[in-house]
Amino acid sequence: MNSAEKVHPARNGGFWTDTGKTGITAWIFSTDHKRIGLLYFYSVLTFFLIAVVLGVLLRIELMAPGRTIMGPQTYNAIFTVHGVLMIFLFIIPGFQGSFGNLVMPIQIGSRDVAFPRLNLFSWWLYIAGAAVIITSLFTGGGPPDTGWTFYVPFSERTGTNVSLAVFGVFIVGFSSIITGLNFVTTIHRLRAEGMTWGRLPLFVWSLYATAWVQILATPILGITLALIIAERFLGTGLFDPARGGDPLMYQHLFWIYSHPAVYIMILPGMGVISEIMPVFARKPIFGYKMIAFSSLAIAAAGSLVWGHHMFTSGMSDTAILVFSFLTFVVAIPSAIKVFNWVSTLYRGSISLEAPMLFALAFILLFSIGGLSGLVLGAAATDIHVHDTQFVVGHFHYVIFGGGVFAFFGAMHYWLPKFYGRRYAEKPAVVAWVLMFVGFNITYFTMMVLGMKGMPRRYYDYLPEFAPLNLVSTIGSWILVSGLILMLVNLFRGLFKGEPIDRNPWGAATLEWTIPTPPPTENFEQEPVVTHGPYDFKKAGIP
Amino acid sequence: MSEQQHIVSYGKLTAIWLGLLALTALTVWVARHNAGIGHVWGSLAIAVIKGGLVIAFFMHMKYEGRLLRWLLFFALSVLAIFIGFTFFDVLYR
Repeated sequence: MNSAEKVHPARNGGFWTDTGKTGITAWIFSTDHKRIGLLYFYSVLTFFLIAVVLGVLLRIELMAPGRTIMGPQTYNAIFTVHGVLMIFLFIIPGFQGSFGNLVMPIQIGSRDVAFPRLNLFSWWLYIAGAAVIITSLFTGGGPPDTGWTFYVPFSERTGTNVSLAVFGVFIVGFSSIITGLNFVTTIHRLRAEGMTWGRLPLFVWSLYATAWVQILATPILGITLALIIAERFLGTGLFDPARGGDPLMYQHLFWIYSHPAVYIMILPGMGVISEIMPVFARKPIFGYKMIAFSSLAIAAAGSLVWGHHMFTSGMSDTAILVFSFLTFVVAIPSAIKVFNWVSTLYRGSISLEAPMLFALAFILLFSIGGLSGLVLGAAATDIHVHDTQFVVGHFHYVIFGGGVFAFFGAMHYWLPKFYGRRYAEKPAVVAWVLMFVGFNITYFTMMVLGMKGMPRRYYDYLPEFAPLNLVSTIGSWILVSGLILMLVNLFRGLFKGEPIDRNPWGAATLEWTIPTPPPTENFEQEPVVTHGPYDFKKAGIP
Repeated sequence: MSEQQHIVSYGKLTAIWLGLLALTALTVWVARHNAGIGHVWGSLAIAVIKGGLVIAFFMHMKYEGRLLRWLLFFALSVLAIFIGFTFFDVLYR
């Protein structure tokens, strides 16, 4: 490391200080993509931690049969709020808002996104929607108890504060659409000279595919949620069979958005893995074009499989056949990515540092999540495990084991760049081990419980399920202990850790060519790109 | 980048507005006189025509460049696919 390039002390330099602006207004009214990225990061992290606490409470309730720490109504409310916070306030805006904003403009050689003010407005909309959702918990009839899916007819009739919560999600949806528009425009229009489509970092490709899903699918969520409000206040009867309505129409509308939303949650995570893998295997990524193409293929095919959430709902057999087939099709581009990542490792000089460990965990856990998804995508087996703990386990393997582990990998990989300091390696590895072990104990046990027939969304269960539920709860404690250690070590390192130079990992993408922390304008002069994002030789990296 | 403005005459806008009102009346008529799936297809067809008129004239898409038209076509195609796929359920239930 070149000592002249070291940054002393942390957060003294680059975009933290070079504008001369200080105080909270320098943040909440800033149009700098890096500041907005950090605003998003701390916002989504806050909601993540609240939702983690709620998740642990759910596991404690399920530790033993019968009432343990809460009654059924509280349990219903807590799993609903856990889902709403995790889905709509953490993982959907998480990657795009935080790491998308922090890294993407620099990776394409741009000074900022195409519409910086719209970018800030997007964060404000997110905060406004979050505030409405939080308000819904403490006003009216209390926190919603419908589950994060807000299924009719229950969501039309429950006396809890569904209307306000749904309105909050509606607002957050607009934030998502605006971010998607901003990112598509930025990637099309603001690439530096020489940054051809074939030289785009794969994280950018994943953000691009995700942005199109945000633009095209999110409006349908908005319409669907508006219809719930219309049902509750105007009694329009759209979903009421007694008045010519169709309750399955709600499920179609909801999942037309919410299944593609799974890809909003996971695609950028796949992009993160595609960045980390070549850097820590010390060789170019295997199958660049196919990984880039598979991001688009997942976005496209993943938008046509929503019906697999409805196999037991009374949907027609023809629809079950079509949606089941298409669900299997999505497995192809997902597998392409997994095979390419594993091939990248082949004969690589692998460095098992924290970002790489999270990336490796991602591959295994996402693969288990994806393969268990085939059990749900095949109509015959889905009937047996539908609405059981198996679904909960599967979903957490994909979104937590996949998306969130990738998010943690991104935190360890990129945050030191923006803070100028890094975490201690050993505690990071210990934290990773604790989380990996705790995660599998918690959620694999849930899949076994589901196979044995334990339903989801029940606060009580038969005595025969007690031992495995105890195991799962203990697993959640191990998982959370690892999470706490990881966060303490990471943030302690970012504020007090060892200073780093501009390229501590030896990566070849553009964000590692500028000073650490990056200046507000990112580049002193517009870069001219002459090589691919993983061409270490041409980048002069040993 | 220079932008070309296209002024649509009041007469044309009024004619289109009247056309939209007539199509709304037709939607009501279809709803009252057609039972079953014919009602759905009829209503969808009228809605598409009305939406097309609004987009073409009130939203000026008729006077925009090729890129915007293609983007709109792409977005509408996706929407059509979404709606179309629900008929795998509705038609065969």
